Amino acid sequence: MKTVDRIVKLIGDVSSSLPTDVLASLKRVGRKETKGSPAAVVIDTILENCALAKKKRVPLCQDTGTLAFYVNESLRRKVTPAVIKRAVAIATERGYLRKNCIDSVTGFSYDDNCTEGAPVIHYCEREGVTLILKGGGSENMSRQYSLPDSSLGAGRDLEGVRKCILDAVQKIQGYGCAPGILGICIGGDRATAYEVAKEQLLRPLDEKVSVTSANAALLKLEKRILKEANSLGIGPMGLGGKTTLLGVKIASRPRVPASFFVTIAYMCWACRRGSCEG
Amino acid sequence: MLRSLDFPFDERTVRSLKAGDAVSISGRIYTGRDKFHKYFADGGRLPVDFKNGALFHCGPVCVSDGKDGWRVVAAGPTTSVRENPYEPAFIAASGVRLIIGKGGMDAQTLAACKKYGAVYIQAVGGAGALYAAAVRKVAGVSLLKEFGAAEAVWHFDVEDFRGIVAMDSHGNSLFDKVQQTSANLLSSLST
Repeated sequence: MKTVDRIVKLIGDVSSSLPTDVLASLKRVGRKETKGSPAAVVIDTILENCALAKKKRVPLCQDTGTLAFYVNESLRRKVTPAVIKRAVAIATERGYLRKNCIDSVTGFSYDDNCTEGAPVIHYCEREGVTLILKGGGSENMSRQYSLPDSSLGAGRDLEGVRKCILDAVQKIQGYGCAPGILGICIGGDRATAYEVAKEQLLRPLDEKVSVTSANAALLKLEKRILKEANSLGIGPMGLGGKTTLLGVKIASRPRVPASFFVTIAYMCWACRRGSCEG
Repeated sequence: MLRSLDFPFDERTVRSLKAGDAVSISGRIYTGRDKFHKYFADGGRLPVDFKNGALFHCGPVCVSDGKDGWRVVAAGPTTSVRENPYEPAFIAASGVRLIIGKGGMDAQTLAACKKYGAVYIQAVGGAGALYAAAVRKVAGVSLLKEFGAAEAVWHFDVEDFRGIVAMDSHGNSLFDKVQQTSANLLSSLST
């Protein structure tokens, strides 16, 4: 298979089916909700929708979102921006993607979803080619806090970080299409932190991480926030229930003494991501 | 329990719905979103009869079937809050019974639901493929030339279109309840 065809296939796969870890998580939380409750009905509807979209190979959500590609450095000459754009144009023609790219100044629609800056492409250390689709409803819910925050009583420590994140969960309610996933970056500069927070959404929900002295505090915080967020009763689509979040993934970056940001990338239940070889 | 709602939706049935009920809708529904609401507020004539009908906040992806007809590819709900300024007047003037969307609407809309006997139904955000499959037939379209395909008023004949009554005609809103409860729980956590 040619590189461009492989990427077209990747786009079709990612747009029409959820990753196995996200699907398994949705099935698991669905069993926890009270039978017949709004929460249970919403999760059932989501699962039915996903099965249908996969079978028909159509977008599982009509908002096929911002496309972000992460390509291994060594593939820079093979998986070029031109090759990726060609694949995106073909995938759009085939209906894997909605015409979803608007010029912010003129309102013009780039009907092949390609222009300068679209799709987003990162060359990085990650293996192969990875794609994530992130819808606008969830992106609108992402946010950044700056510590200390006196309105939350949040200081410059992990306790302050926790307060920011729980405040965000309560404010977002179901508006980002809950149950969602939080990608979080503690520290960094504002721009890098949003990138790092989003990259955490690439981590499988069921990833096995061995605990080291370096990550122990963050892993503990992830667990605690997941548990506390799900105790708030917001539930799927904000209609009440036990499941508000499917996962919490936290990373940290160094900061300058004057800044302390807590950056949250909110992902909807339709966390569409996948990888292929270059 | 799943409640079946068949078009036309009479006031008695709609008033019997309670916030939290799961519903399965069958029959005619019409889409209408931002441009439609603005058009109505500016005095535009309603292109279809909404009396005892349903309005769906949705910008579907519809493609021509090659002849005179249309096929729906994706038809999930869009965020309803943008229509808050217009909806109470629309409910009063049109006699609509079901407003279908996502995210809920404001206190004025809740009051209009109570006064005129309507409910707000939450469709599941993101479930575009499933809702497209519930559309058995695109029976027509209005204001297509004026608004474009994503904003036009589509006439859908649906079968087993699923949703949850999130705001009923008795002043109850699941969203308000969840908002309040979660705020209280959070403040008890934050100490």
